[in-house]
Amino acid sequence: MYKLGIDVGGTNTDAVLINEDLEIVAEVKRPTSGDIYEGIVSSIDTILKKSKIDPKKIRQAMLGTTQCTNAIVERKHLAKVGILRIGAPATLGVPPMIDWPTDITQCVVAETTVGGGFEYDGKELAALDENAVKVFFEEIKGKVESIAISCVFSTIRNDHEIRAAEICREVMGEDIHISISSEIGSMGLIERENAAILNAALFHVAESFTEGFARSLSEMGITNAEVYLSQNDGTLMTMEHARRYPILTIACGPTNSIRGASYLSKLKNALVIDVGGTTTDFGVIQNGFPRESSIAVTIGGVRTNFRMPDVVTIGLGGGSIIREKADGRITVGPDSVGYKITEKALIFGGDTLTATDIAVRLGMFELGDRSKVEHISFEFATKAMAVIKAMAEDAIDAMKVSGADVDVILVGGGSVILPESFEGTSSVIKPEYFGTANAIGSAISKVSGTFEKLIDYDSVPRDTALENAKAEAIKLAVSAGAIPETVEIIDVEDVPLAYYAGNTNRVRIKAAGDLN
Amino acid sequence: MGAIREKGPVTLLDPEEVPDDALVVPIAMMGAPTVLAEKAIGDKEYKTLYDMVSQFFGKKIYALLPIEAGGVNSMLPIAACARLGLPLVDADGMGRAFPELQMVTFTLGGINASPMALTDEKGNCVIFETITNKWTEELARAVTMSCGGAVSVALYPMTGKQLKEYGVKNIVTRSQKLGEAIRTVKNCTDDKSPEEHFLEFSESYKLFKGKISDVLRETRGAFNFGKVVLEGIGEYKGKKAFVEFQNENLLANVDGEILATVPDLICLVDAETFVPVTTDALKYGKRVYVVGLKCFEMWRSPEGIELVGPRYFGCDTDYIPVEERYKGGTANV
Repeated sequence: MYKLGIDVGGTNTDAVLINEDLEIVAEVKRPTSGDIYEGIVSSIDTILKKSKIDPKKIRQAMLGTTQCTNAIVERKHLAKVGILRIGAPATLGVPPMIDWPTDITQCVVAETTVGGGFEYDGKELAALDENAVKVFFEEIKGKVESIAISCVFSTIRNDHEIRAAEICREVMGEDIHISISSEIGSMGLIERENAAILNAALFHVAESFTEGFARSLSEMGITNAEVYLSQNDGTLMTMEHARRYPILTIACGPTNSIRGASYLSKLKNALVIDVGGTTTDFGVIQNGFPRESSIAVTIGGVRTNFRMPDVVTIGLGGGSIIREKADGRITVGPDSVGYKITEKALIFGGDTLTATDIAVRLGMFELGDRSKVEHISFEFATKAMAVIKAMAEDAIDAMKVSGADVDVILVGGGSVILPESFEGTSSVIKPEYFGTANAIGSAISKVSGTFEKLIDYDSVPRDTALENAKAEAIKLAVSAGAIPETVEIIDVEDVPLAYYAGNTNRVRIKAAGDLN
Repeated sequence: MGAIREKGPVTLLDPEEVPDDALVVPIAMMGAPTVLAEKAIGDKEYKTLYDMVSQFFGKKIYALLPIEAGGVNSMLPIAACARLGLPLVDADGMGRAFPELQMVTFTLGGINASPMALTDEKGNCVIFETITNKWTEELARAVTMSCGGAVSVALYPMTGKQLKEYGVKNIVTRSQKLGEAIRTVKNCTDDKSPEEHFLEFSESYKLFKGKISDVLRETRGAFNFGKVVLEGIGEYKGKKAFVEFQNENLLANVDGEILATVPDLICLVDAETFVPVTTDALKYGKRVYVVGLKCFEMWRSPEGIELVGPRYFGCDTDYIPVEERYKGGTANV
């Protein structure tokens, strides 16, 4: 059996084929098409021809895509949404979408806040005002395509959200698309509600890319495969899940590339450098998963509390333009010839000195016409490379958590421009197939479960509480499709509540395992 | 923000514009920010507090002010003013943030926290009349817990005269200017580096630059205690530092030497953006500057030190002003 991993990026659609021993059989890079479908078909077609395998033997197909991010950023193809918040009399001072950019609020047709919600300890804040819920849904029936439901402390107890969803279906029919905040986001009402609203608005986009992917697979004869999509946390979800929670595909790109690098190098703890044409991302892999950023993430101007990989991006890439200043200093980037490198760079007969030209001049690799860069003095090229190296070393140092040396994995099409040793590193690995690490990351992803709860360690001792929470997270991972024996706890976090008596902690556990 | 969008902008009063006999009241939230992040604020709390206080004194509130210049409590009074159509006074009771209710300059002026009005989003109302400000703290925390962990309060009701004498003036405008300067620090075009700009406009002493290598946390009572350990980067490479905190930063120690303590301000700011990093957001690997700022002069009096000095917070050291502890360093102030 084979796994097919596909990554649809802004410029390229990458595909890789992996066999049951998780060895890479073939890789391809094709230009991304406007509706993603053609780019996928073209990459699958090429990879099948290249590998000569029977498409029926592909049993798992994974897709990583930026479609949802683009739809939100460009405000395109968003569905008409109705918002029900359960929380009065709390929360009334801060209505839904309070700090959204006005252009994106237009996808919301109606919103209301009704009585209900919970306290931090699960006590009812107010009874659910079922009548008001019913009246709201009756009013907006036929005017909206999708519903977002949020509720105060629904991460502690979701009964009110579930009941409101039932009422919604009774009024608007079984087919209405409903996004429930407790199934999408974590603690923090506004951020969780925002994610639920965006999720509701992405309902068309989700249908289109899940169907587009399914159609391209079946047209290429891949009819025996389970189909999955990449999430922002480096794990997979089923097609069905992606249709319901498209927002979870946000920012899976850097995640996949970091995990792909880890897989290719067989390192579970390392620093990953992904060099593109214009920029380079520096990320960290910890226990096989990307280190997450602690900063709140905005998507198209909307605040959410999604965990994103902690990535530092600098303006250095294969196409970075090299200049010599009057005082003899050499600068690299931040501007780049980008995708035009094949016409602008000196080695391709162009007129712009790029980082790639410098690397070719120094004999680091063969590309284009080497004679076109021979007029550059070795001294100048060496100095330029020293600048490139220093830029990378600064970013490496910024990503390190201690003074100890780290292992570095180099991936991405542009990584040929970097030297193979850096200050502060113990080893630098450039694995085979470094160019399609993101598609590989998608193909080898695991499935996960996350459990989050506020727990008072005075009533439940910390050890017991963490054990119970871990068991819950493992259960969630298994129900998401993980093989029980392979499930591991990959993240444990407990933070005490500020200005709060007793010993209440926010506990968050994540478990992940191999796909069944 | 929503309140202003709905009701229009808020008038900011210079303390000198407040009549001596006017009733002015700080407004704040009490409890866990994590709970507030779920329950937000209702639409009636400020009106309820206004009515409770006005009724108690038989006199209408003239203006509101923030109790501290930190976290949500610096912003909520603006929303309250917008909703109630009241002006906001450009002053507070700390000139910074502190974790306990009695830690305000008003205490030094003998002003009582009580009568203090408390209300929750459900409509429960309590007025506390207590014998000391410390008792107000005790009792109000207990009620806050029963009410679900986050409530709105109006406390330290005072006259315009008292405010002028004991308030920390111009703190709202100063905060606004600092915020603006942080947002634009990267756009400066002259010869100075962003770091120099930041130190200059914030009038701060650079104590350390480093990477967070460990964060130790512990909850005692309602407070988070802890210590953040840093490893030097840049010109501080090879050095170590730590900052102790109780919700707010208490003490900064670089290579065994104490460089700043409360009540002077110790701030951790992001090494790239200069945005402050609060104790809740401390995380392994974050790159920060540790800077010290002079506190409001009144805190440096013997009474001030007794109330908010290092020994009150359990740090075994005398208070020495940051500018004296910091000598032979690199910052230009």
